[in-house]
Amino acid sequence: MKKVGKIIADFPLTPESLIPILQEIQEEFNFLSEDSIKKVAAGLSLPLHHVYSVATFYNVFSLKPKGRNIVKVCMGSACHVRGAGRILEEIERSLGIKNGETSADGSFSLETVNCLGACALGPIMVINKKYNGHITPAKVEKIFQEFTSQ
Amino acid sequence: MKLTGNEQLVSVRTHLTEKKSTLRTVSLCGGTGCRASESEKLLVLLRKTVTEKNIDITIKETGCHGLCENGPLMVIRPENIFYQRIQPSDIDEIVEKSLKNGEVIERLLYEDPETGRKLIKENDIPFYEKQQRLVFAQNGHIDPKSIEDYIITGGYSALTRVLSDLSPEEVIGEVEKSGLRGRGGGGFPTGKKWKSCRIAPGSSKYVVCNADEGDPGAYMDRSLLEGNPHSVIEGMLIGAFAIGAREGRIYVRAEYPLAVENIIKAIADARKWGLLGEKILGSELSFDIEVTKGGGAFVCGESTALMQSLQGYSGEPRTKHIHTTESGLYNLPTNLNNVETWANIPIIINRGAAWFNKIGTPGSKGTKIFSLVGKVRNTGLIEVPMGMSLREIVFDIGGGIPGGREFKAIQTGGPSGGCIPGQYLDRSVDFDELTSLGSMMGSGGLIVMDEDTCMVEVARFYLSFLVEESCGKCTPCREGLWQLLSILTRITEGKGKEEDLAALEEIGEMVKDSSLCALGKTAPNPVLSTLRYFKDEYMEHIVDKKCSPGVCRSLFQYKIDNEKCTGCMLCQVKCPYQAIEGRKKEVHTIDTAKCVKCGICFEVCRFDAVKKV
Ligand SMILES: Cc1cc2nc3c(=O)[nH]c(=O)nc-3n(C[C@H](O)[C@H](O)[C@H](O)COP(=O)(O)O)c2cc1C
Ligand code: FES
Repeated sequence: MKKVGKIIADFPLTPESLIPILQEIQEEFNFLSEDSIKKVAAGLSLPLHHVYSVATFYNVFSLKPKGRNIVKVCMGSACHVRGAGRILEEIERSLGIKNGETSADGSFSLETVNCLGACALGPIMVINKKYNGHITPAKVEKIFQEFTSQ
Repeated sequence: MKLTGNEQLVSVRTHLTEKKSTLRTVSLCGGTGCRASESEKLLVLLRKTVTEKNIDITIKETGCHGLCENGPLMVIRPENIFYQRIQPSDIDEIVEKSLKNGEVIERLLYEDPETGRKLIKENDIPFYEKQQRLVFAQNGHIDPKSIEDYIITGGYSALTRVLSDLSPEEVIGEVEKSGLRGRGGGGFPTGKKWKSCRIAPGSSKYVVCNADEGDPGAYMDRSLLEGNPHSVIEGMLIGAFAIGAREGRIYVRAEYPLAVENIIKAIADARKWGLLGEKILGSELSFDIEVTKGGGAFVCGESTALMQSLQGYSGEPRTKHIHTTESGLYNLPTNLNNVETWANIPIIINRGAAWFNKIGTPGSKGTKIFSLVGKVRNTGLIEVPMGMSLREIVFDIGGGIPGGREFKAIQTGGPSGGCIPGQYLDRSVDFDELTSLGSMMGSGGLIVMDEDTCMVEVARFYLSFLVEESCGKCTPCREGLWQLLSILTRITEGKGKEEDLAALEEIGEMVKDSSLCALGKTAPNPVLSTLRYFKDEYMEHIVDKKCSPGVCRSLFQYKIDNEKCTGCMLCQVKCPYQAIEGRKKEVHTIDTAKCVKCGICFEVCRFDAVKKV
């Protein structure tokens, strides 16, 4: 894994680099730790509150570590009218965690997103990078069974 | 190769065209929709099989063809054979029969749902027949990763025309005459915006492309960046020339990795070819573009918030008493346009403002790309002339509502747009007409809703999105939307009072009038438009404590129809909550105390025996 210091050093040390740096840290570690936020603030000579405000403003950043597998359920309008709400509930039941949580053994994190841009295939759930389209509540259990048996 | 002038571009184009025109091609869609249907696997397989069988054909991975619902899609040219829903197991046969011998495989053709006829060509399919593809003309034809493909189709000729024949003022005049209005939602006249940015004083100026596309349900900007990135670059170059900008930025949504990848590649290629950088094509124009990934905040699509975000801050809008064309990025004059707006520019320059001006309605010129989604048969991206009626879009292009259900409403304009009911289906898509119906054009999402949709719940859904995305800077939006949401939630839970309707209207109007940015100013639209057209549904929830479409859980129950139940036990087995009782071949019953209304029994029953009451 790339170290936080190395990531910071790859960018020009200007305020515009803040979001790209945080994005790369998020991508590398799946979350922004307290320590990394402090390092970024120091590295860019920005007040800590500024970095914290940006880290909590944007949806792509998470302050909590995530699980090994990330499940994203689209809650965009197109998916919503095709019943995404009930699907989310079925997934919550199936995984035993609520939206925004990570399972105790660290295997799954469950998140919602506002549109994956594949609305024609809605309702959609993405497990890691794999898209599962046209989901119905009855299919949810089976998708996870297949996923875990792989 | 670095091009140094117009003549060279023309001769390169002629050379490339000669080289490529004899070849047959097979285009496989590699847009996000088709990739989600595993088109990448097909591409690998196709390449392998074609090489093995030693067939002389060019394989292209193109951008989105539009009919995403039926993906993965493939077109074989010059025959124009259009295949859909292709599986890996079909590849062998496609290569053997169609690519080698030009034969058509019936099974993979589109079937007209009305006539049952199999249609061979893309243009014969009703979904495409009524469209007018200008901005999208090359999507599905060119390989977005190849600048050569773009150049062959006439790419960068608008730029050369501008550089050799026109002054900046003439370019602006042309854009003004075309009547083009911004495609990002506001519908502001593009030429007018350019002019005010050109005359604004500043040591340096910026042009920015808004590719944040935060509207859930809309994905045309993504498809353009993915499928034809050079058209956006060319538009920005022409804008930079007209406005006098040296630097450009593209602010693109982080959730669009393929769009980011393709636009970055296109920029790098354009630099290599001397189409970005210093002294472009030997002219006085120097211009370059940087790409910035957004952070997934809807409000960052708003112009002032976007510029805050580009500078590394949280995306909070400011009041616009001073326009961003005068003081935007780093307090310098900045011209922001949407992806689709930029992509229209080369077309206007190439074909002329007078030609462009003939398309559309008096107030809205040209075409518009819509994403037609929700409860409609042919979901996907469509491009139609402004002024087409909603009915033609939903029923002719979209093929109507699936499953024999009735149309209820069409939602336009993104989360803060409005819901338009059936009696206005003959109204047309036009900036002013949609606004007069209490909705708006927005970025072009069209979400079709059928009789199973509860309009009160729809309003609640949009409000919950907007509450979440409100940046919280101004009080009317932050608190007002929250109030609206809590009233709506109460109504959907069966706890509504008749006075609530007046309160919704009053708070809605207040938020509209007093919010700082356009997010708040439009956010009450979903509530106000549903109140305007679907008041009966609100009353049903409040007075009768019922939700006829069976969406609001507190207001309906699942019940098994004794006549229809065969006692097959399927629902009982599938119910995750053990809420269904009954023995084999005996009528089942639902224990309402245990039932959480997940709807699985309703979905799995093959005898239509589970009812919502
Ligand atoms: C909350 C909000 C979100 C917006 N999101 C977008 C967006 O995602 N893409 C876009 O092009 N314009 C968006 N806009 C409109 C922009 O503020 C701006 O008007 C537009 O980018 C200007 O380009 P145009 O004149 O070419 O339409 C949004 C506006 C608001 C208020
Ligand atoms: S709304 Fe779900 S993918 Fe667009």
